[in-house]
Amino acid sequence: MSRSLIILTCILLFALLSACRDDVELFVSEELALTPPDETGGYQGFYLLNEGNMGSNKATLDFYDFDTGTYKRNIYAERNPDVPKELGDVGNDIQIYGSKLYAVINVSNKVEVMNAQTATRIGQIEIPNCRFIRFHGAYAYVTSYAGPVEINPDYTQRGYLAKVDTATLQVVDECLVGFQPDELTISGGKIYVANSGGYMGSGNTDNYERTVSVIDIETFTEEKRIDVAPNLHRIRTDQQGNLWVSSRGDYKGLPSRLFFIDAQKQAVTDTLDVPVSSCCMVGDSLYVCSVSWSYTSYSNEITYAIVNTQTRKILTRNFITDGTEEEIEIPYSVMVHPASGYIFLTDAGNYVTPGLLYCFNSEGEKLWSVRTGDIPAHFALLK
Amino acid sequence: MTNRKSFSLLLLYLCLPLCINAQSKLDSMQHILEVEIAAPRNSTKAIIPAQQLQGKQLKALNSLSVADAIRYFAGVQIKDYGGIGGLKTVNVRSLGTNHMGVFYDGIQLGNAQNGQIDLGKFSMDNIESISLYNGQKSDIFQPARDYGSSGSIYLKFRRPQFSADEKEHVKVTFRTGSFHLANPSVLYERKINDKVNASFNTEYIYSSGKYKFRYKRVLPGSSEVAYDTTATRENGDIHALRLEGGLYGRMDDGHWELKAYYYDSERGIPGAIVNNRWMNAQRQWDSSFFVQGGWRKRISERYDLMLKLKYANDKMRYLNPDTTLMYIDNTFRQQESYISLAQKYALTNWWELSLSADMQWNWLQSNQQGTAYPTRRSTLVALATALNLEAFKAQASLLGTFINEHIGDDAQGTAAAPNKEELTPAIFVSYKPLPHHNLTLRAFYKHIFRMPTFNDLYYTDIGNIKLEPEFTHQYNLGFKYIENPGRDILKQWNVQVDAYYNEVTNKIVAVPKGSGMYRWMMMNLGKVEIRGLDAVAATTLQLPHEVLLNLKGTYTYQKAQDFTHRRNPELEETTWGGQIPYIPWHSGSFIAAATYRSWQLNYSFVYVGERYHNSANIPENYEQPWYTNDVSVFKTIALNKGSLKAALEVNNLLNQDYEVVLNYPMPQRNYKLTLTYEL
Repeated sequence: MSRSLIILTCILLFALLSACRDDVELFVSEELALTPPDETGGYQGFYLLNEGNMGSNKATLDFYDFDTGTYKRNIYAERNPDVPKELGDVGNDIQIYGSKLYAVINVSNKVEVMNAQTATRIGQIEIPNCRFIRFHGAYAYVTSYAGPVEINPDYTQRGYLAKVDTATLQVVDECLVGFQPDELTISGGKIYVANSGGYMGSGNTDNYERTVSVIDIETFTEEKRIDVAPNLHRIRTDQQGNLWVSSRGDYKGLPSRLFFIDAQKQAVTDTLDVPVSSCCMVGDSLYVCSVSWSYTSYSNEITYAIVNTQTRKILTRNFITDGTEEEIEIPYSVMVHPASGYIFLTDAGNYVTPGLLYCFNSEGEKLWSVRTGDIPAHFALLK
Repeated sequence: MTNRKSFSLLLLYLCLPLCINAQSKLDSMQHILEVEIAAPRNSTKAIIPAQQLQGKQLKALNSLSVADAIRYFAGVQIKDYGGIGGLKTVNVRSLGTNHMGVFYDGIQLGNAQNGQIDLGKFSMDNIESISLYNGQKSDIFQPARDYGSSGSIYLKFRRPQFSADEKEHVKVTFRTGSFHLANPSVLYERKINDKVNASFNTEYIYSSGKYKFRYKRVLPGSSEVAYDTTATRENGDIHALRLEGGLYGRMDDGHWELKAYYYDSERGIPGAIVNNRWMNAQRQWDSSFFVQGGWRKRISERYDLMLKLKYANDKMRYLNPDTTLMYIDNTFRQQESYISLAQKYALTNWWELSLSADMQWNWLQSNQQGTAYPTRRSTLVALATALNLEAFKAQASLLGTFINEHIGDDAQGTAAAPNKEELTPAIFVSYKPLPHHNLTLRAFYKHIFRMPTFNDLYYTDIGNIKLEPEFTHQYNLGFKYIENPGRDILKQWNVQVDAYYNEVTNKIVAVPKGSGMYRWMMMNLGKVEIRGLDAVAATTLQLPHEVLLNLKGTYTYQKAQDFTHRRNPELEETTWGGQIPYIPWHSGSFIAAATYRSWQLNYSFVYVGERYHNSANIPENYEQPWYTNDVSVFKTIALNKGSLKAALEVNNLLNQDYEVVLNYPMPQRNYKLTLTYEL
């Protein structure tokens, strides 16, 4: 009796031990066949950067191929197997300039620089708390929240704009801007930076930043500030060279809103009552989608709209026409294919599990959808 | 003295096999002991006994904190962020951390702010037993608050006990080992008079928290290394001081106790390891103080009365000095006052009634901008009854909870959450079908809830005052079988198995809110269904040459599925029915302790099977199984009046690189040496 018990125990023990732990394998990408767009307009496809929830180290890269219609999910690790802990934590922006692909990885404090054709790593630009990237000439310009600390008497920290040589990937100059600068846009020899003050205003709306910094590109100094509204986020240049800026509002009484800055007057001359989380400028159309929390209904209110940047009127309050909008949880990012007019829209879902990428034709009818990484968020079209 | 010692040693040996499941013999023996020392006979035993670790078996577990020991219970999952100072929370039967009540010497530890008790902060120094009850302790003579959780862990600490010719006890312990651990502690116990004993205990812990960790990945389908990086865990240091004092008294037909506890610590928060960021700078200071007392008396043959009181004051400061991130320097202060009166009346010798009424006040203050200063008053009333018909035992209880909340003047437009009233029942039965076999069948049903925490309700931006409580329903069916052949080698063996179905409804989850990153709102949206099985088996073997071998194994199966409805059917498909984060389907533990004269050799093993780090069960979210093998050797040496005990421990013997929580690497093989001098 007792002997059999001992034997039994031993067997149990070895069984447990042998339920082994293997070496952990790198992620493999998955390929899914989808419909290609009617016309490619000279583009090969686009990269989609998934942010990944903070601390999860799950920023991932997907690629959609316009020629074949294949969707490749999670390609970074496979293309760069020797990079420890892969792409990093919280992808915040992605852009292609020349032959390089730049992915701004916020919590990893770096801009990952890759070959635009292959997504293989070329190097990285070290910028703490980096946010958005744009280009001009031989330089990349990156906004960062992490400027010098001032204690006077409160702890404050302005953000800055880093100027990066795209050949050497070195930061060559820095220019202080407002608190917590987000998007930037470059036109007419000026860099416009939307300052948010996001760290300052969470307890008190008055503490948000409300200005756009105007930086002269030659002297790389801040020339002036344009007063707009609290907590600025997006900033884009339209075909006329004028600027469209979005305010996030204060998440309480003050709603998100879109503002128009006349480039000549260097001042806000118009505003549209449309909340903005994500936007995409195509021709004279600014596609906008947004999620804003309503304390009345205790739910998210979702808006899709197209703004005509010439007439400065809202063309439509819904660019999805087949009812699909009813099921989208958190529309997080929109990108419109310039040639086909196809609308690519992401649903970030609950932020902690995978999201979805939708493709709608120019009429706003759903063509397909595909599972992405966590928080699908930023597009970069590849020529 | 020596007589007493050998007697208690004998008692221990006799009881060891039973300890795990407690109840029956051990309970009654302990009971006798306790009666002799303090309590006036009688206290209804729990109908469904606890899983319990105590005495030598507990000491054999190479644990520094309570969290390390709790891993050896069936049905339990520990979330461990790694290191001596790392957060460690317990989740029983997948119901969630906030549903667990943790009781420190009989009174619940509170955290109205986030509902989380960090078991890593509670030392194993002088702990006597750890008991885990599913549902609740099925004993009707207890405060109303003891009925208020989905599961309870009772930590019981050493009380001074003196024989007639003893006046004082001294115990000095020093632990050192990996992570630059320096951990001295002193216990002093004194007999003040025949009726009152005093005890004082202090402990200091320092650890650099530094340890090597390794991330290795191989190319798919091969063993070719993709990357293989070893680094040192930084900013995991801890300095902690604990002071504790107690007075323990007895009187005719009753006893009382008064305890004061103070804990002060500073620690680094090592944070998640992500690409290009292998170090973090966040710090946390905790200072906790509480004083608690209990008084219990048998008023008449039929009527028992118990009074409990507590006041707690906890301060927590969180600092993020990292200039690349948002600067945060927040201080939170929580206070709690608690009073409980429980009474029990025996209608007959087989039927008892009890009524308990508790009042509790919680306050939270902080220097965080825009936060409310909430106050909560909780009134709990529990009515319970117990039937004891030899083979058949049953208990039923009904708990009424009444919550009132207020907001201080500083609140910027925030209102207090509406008052809440809940009535929740529980029923426990056990049946012994065979008169000559120690087989007990048992079952319970319990419906209970957890209140939204102050953070859930009021935290800047995230808080939602419209939150409802989060409910659980538990259905349990099981048996326990004990056999005491008492002859030859096999002295005793027992096995217990429980199958259960649990539901968590109205689950409070963070839902993305509005535009921008990391903006959430707490909502009552989630639903989880848990189907599980807990099994425990233990035996004691008397081997030749005076070797006593104790073996204990646990196994847990849990299918804990997320059935949260989502707006997007396609996204719902990715998470619908998925195993919830960090819950393995299979897990288990094994403990072996061999005693030979003054030597003791221990081996313990913990296995956590494959799981996913979120409820979309896709390869990207897959987590490999992990398991640790720990070994220790104890040797006790008698020194004229006292005794010296030395223990050498090796943890994670196979040097496994593993994570319990994504991006929080755990230590590799590590060592600890403990020297204890007792007088």
